[in-house]
Amino acid sequence: MTADVSAVEHPADGPADAAVRSMPDLDTVERAAQEPDAQQPWAELGLRAEEYQRIREILGRRPTTAELAMYSVMWSEHCSYKSSKVHLRQFGDLPPSDALLVGIGENAGVVDVGDGYAVTFKVESHNHPSYVEPYQGAATGVGGIVRDILTMGARPVAVMDSLRFGAADAPDTARVLPGVVAGVGGYGNCLGLPNIGGELLFDATYAGNPLVNALCVGVMRHEDVRLAKAEGVGNKVVLFGARTGGDGIGGVSVLASETFDSEGPAKRPAVQVGDPFTEKLLIEACLEIFREDLVTGIQDLGGAGISCATSELASAGTGGMHIDLDAVPLRDSTLTPAEILMSESQERMCAIVEPGKVEAFLAVCRKWDVLATVIGEVTDGDRLVIDWHGEQIVDVPPRTVAHEGPVYERPMARPADLDALQADAPPATSADLRADWLAVVSSPDGADKTWVTEQYDRYVRGNTVLAQPEDAGLVRIDESSNRGIALALDGNARFARLDPYTGAQLNLAEAYRNVAVTGATPLAVTNCLNFGSPENPEVMWQFAEAVRGLADGCRALGLPVTGGNVSLYNQTGDVAINPTPVIGVLGVHDDVTRRVPAGWRADGETVLLLGETRAELGGSAWAAVVHGHLGGRPPALDLAAEQALGGLLATLAADGLVSSAHDLADGGLAQALTESALRYGTGARLTLAGDPTTALFSESVARALVTTTDPAAVRAAAEAAGVPVTELGTTGGDELRLDGVLELPLAELRDAWTRTLPALFGSPEVTVGSVPAGTVPTS
Amino acid sequence: MRIGVITFPGSLDDVDAARAVRLAGGEPVSLWHADHDLKDVDAVVLPGGFSYGDYLRAGAIAARSPLMQDVVAAARGGLPVLGICNGFQVLCEAGLLPGALTRNGHLHFRNRDQVLGVERADTAWTSSYATGQRITIPVKNGEGRYVAADADLDRLEGEGRVVVRYLDGNPNGSSRDIAGVCSEDGRVVGLMPHPEHAVEDLTGPSTDGLGFFTSVLTALVVAA
Repeated sequence: MTADVSAVEHPADGPADAAVRSMPDLDTVERAAQEPDAQQPWAELGLRAEEYQRIREILGRRPTTAELAMYSVMWSEHCSYKSSKVHLRQFGDLPPSDALLVGIGENAGVVDVGDGYAVTFKVESHNHPSYVEPYQGAATGVGGIVRDILTMGARPVAVMDSLRFGAADAPDTARVLPGVVAGVGGYGNCLGLPNIGGELLFDATYAGNPLVNALCVGVMRHEDVRLAKAEGVGNKVVLFGARTGGDGIGGVSVLASETFDSEGPAKRPAVQVGDPFTEKLLIEACLEIFREDLVTGIQDLGGAGISCATSELASAGTGGMHIDLDAVPLRDSTLTPAEILMSESQERMCAIVEPGKVEAFLAVCRKWDVLATVIGEVTDGDRLVIDWHGEQIVDVPPRTVAHEGPVYERPMARPADLDALQADAPPATSADLRADWLAVVSSPDGADKTWVTEQYDRYVRGNTVLAQPEDAGLVRIDESSNRGIALALDGNARFARLDPYTGAQLNLAEAYRNVAVTGATPLAVTNCLNFGSPENPEVMWQFAEAVRGLADGCRALGLPVTGGNVSLYNQTGDVAINPTPVIGVLGVHDDVTRRVPAGWRADGETVLLLGETRAELGGSAWAAVVHGHLGGRPPALDLAAEQALGGLLATLAADGLVSSAHDLADGGLAQALTESALRYGTGARLTLAGDPTTALFSESVARALVTTTDPAAVRAAAEAAGVPVTELGTTGGDELRLDGVLELPLAELRDAWTRTLPALFGSPEVTVGSVPAGTVPTS
Repeated sequence: MRIGVITFPGSLDDVDAARAVRLAGGEPVSLWHADHDLKDVDAVVLPGGFSYGDYLRAGAIAARSPLMQDVVAAARGGLPVLGICNGFQVLCEAGLLPGALTRNGHLHFRNRDQVLGVERADTAWTSSYATGQRITIPVKNGEGRYVAADADLDRLEGEGRVVVRYLDGNPNGSSRDIAGVCSEDGRVVGLMPHPEHAVEDLTGPSTDGLGFFTSVLTALVVAA
């Protein structure tokens, strides 16, 4: 892609003035006016003919090479949301929420979590780069979302990752998955951010399009919220962090906003390269700069680099900005101005600083060994002007670059196969419950994820109260009050394939429930919407239905959407991924010492199932694993039941009435029992009610498994909340015994559950070193 | 008692180490790598993290920072020093402890709750434990495989300078399952596992790590 960009630096003969003679190829504003008919590579940069024409109309002339580069990246699907915008407006139309301090449109939304604390959280995709270059793609995905959170004024406190890969035994999965996991871990670990949870799921539709969705959450005081806008004529524009290099050029346009083509070039130069050490310094420097009140506006450089940061800051402010591009520190002096504007080199930030505070700002950066350079200033008027070697190469209204890009109402069509798919219900009865149980929990989706999660630091900062394999991550944010926040990410794509409207809501319901089982109260929603090509009407319909569903679900639950991310073009050739709306829910916990974990620790506790189980196997893990079947209807949604259950779980936690709580979702009761029993090696003797296939594998909503020493009190609370209760039995022993159905020794179950991922991706055991006999007593 | 916690560029567990000092009853004092100022602390903790990104060798650049010159001189004079994970790597690079920490045998970063056996309960940092005590604290590293020449390992074993050893599985391929070692005088201790992450029931797998921090406070009281 760099070749395409440099090619545009060689148009026909240039004017003969002295400054340009030394750079005969430089395309200036003056020259653009003089040579209106020069051929420009707009198509190679990912623009459509009508978009190029509109740029010409906005400027009243053809764009310069540098301007064309800026528009091409900023008008990409990734940056402009041009296909999704008309649908996403539904989130902004939700009823106002008292909890929302900053809404959609900033780098990340900000939520009031009480006691003067504000929390900002967001999930973002880095799917396409992670397929091309798994380690760096995933690593820079973490880096980018962390900077978004930092930009709001918050200290990042934790990360999560939601991952999808092709079939677990496919050869390419063995290339992509280990690199992605190492990249997520390598970057997050080196930044000192605990990874508190996420998802890892497999499906053949992700074979050429893995999903890497990274979430970051940050905490600040209400008064510390920062916004991305350039105000105050004469204020300086400071670029700080890493030098600008040739990496990631065209990342948002030619990589993230197009489908992969098996015949095409590798696109590896469009992937950025991460340096988490520099980002760690950037975090500490920024937080010190915020503490000393040294900035009036701040923006991170992510997709579209300097093009994005300057145009967005100027557009959100008064509009005028002048940049001297020669001042940008480079790691490659041969970069052209267009490449400098498009580069997505990581670990860079842009701040607006009052002239009187510039020296103090630079001093903080020096302390942290962070390079900082004044590259321009806020000006009168409403033009973003960029100079290079004394020549004007950009002169644009910044709003047209950043906020007034094209908007499309793409055609939509209900998938032609959907009726047949929904009519194709799965079998209703298991031929061998024991074998099916083991198959579900040892499937790559159901299996123990330790192979992945032990590559992530979950302890750093010392505030992680719950992390994977718990249902939600829970982080303490105040050591004296024990206030905390809980987070869960869920994105069941089978349900969304069968019914995207309901599927999106089911994912919302599951994330809501996962937060609730810890004892936290759900407060706000974010999302990362991963779909195929918006140019396919059937995909566009799936997207629109999912957005409509999520908006309706949030309205029903009374939760605001604080922001989100859309990743389209997740398809190779004609094959799109299953629609994957990943939904994140943030909850607040008044007292994290009252958190409820998912595992059973003690013998003799009563096991209760909260909620109602119906015969709902459509789209279930059981149907997929045992029958290779995807069809029928997903489970019926019941958000009122979710709210009742959530309220009950919060009460049970606050009153200390349950010692464990585990959400029922993929794999149904069989999966939940497996995870609760194996967590600390505590079995149970249980009796199932009703049809055992339904009891074990149905994925009915609004259910949770709890254990208690006071079943009467739990029953009373459940009755008051209107939540059905079924007593299943008692914890204890070293097996799961379901009377009259099956017996599963925990050792056998553990072997089945834990061996899958190491068998697929390599056992990390080592045998080097041994203890000299008798050195240490083992009492 | 004032316990210094050094922050290098890329230090990550400095806040955790300071919290552990506080919970043990000491006063944590922040020390900055670029200063020649130990601020009259009574002991020093080098925390975990990725100082300077660990880009040359883990701990190599931090070992040459201005403050480390003061730490080395003070340690030779008996100042108790604890190096945790990256801090252990720094102490080895600075020559205060023998051996080196290399890439884990399985090449992965690994974070797990690890059982350790305490073999020396008479150092400045382990006197709160009993010899032979089993403790569970987190281990998390990518370059935690302790190596040294066989002769040096024999000498360390012979002099009783293996402070803690991995039990129930070696997480990184360390020679002879060594998790931590000490200086000849037992005042300088380095270990790869993280006692500062096991100081509260709420956030750690146990509170077994607190003993490292209470030990040094006791040692300082006895010395005073």
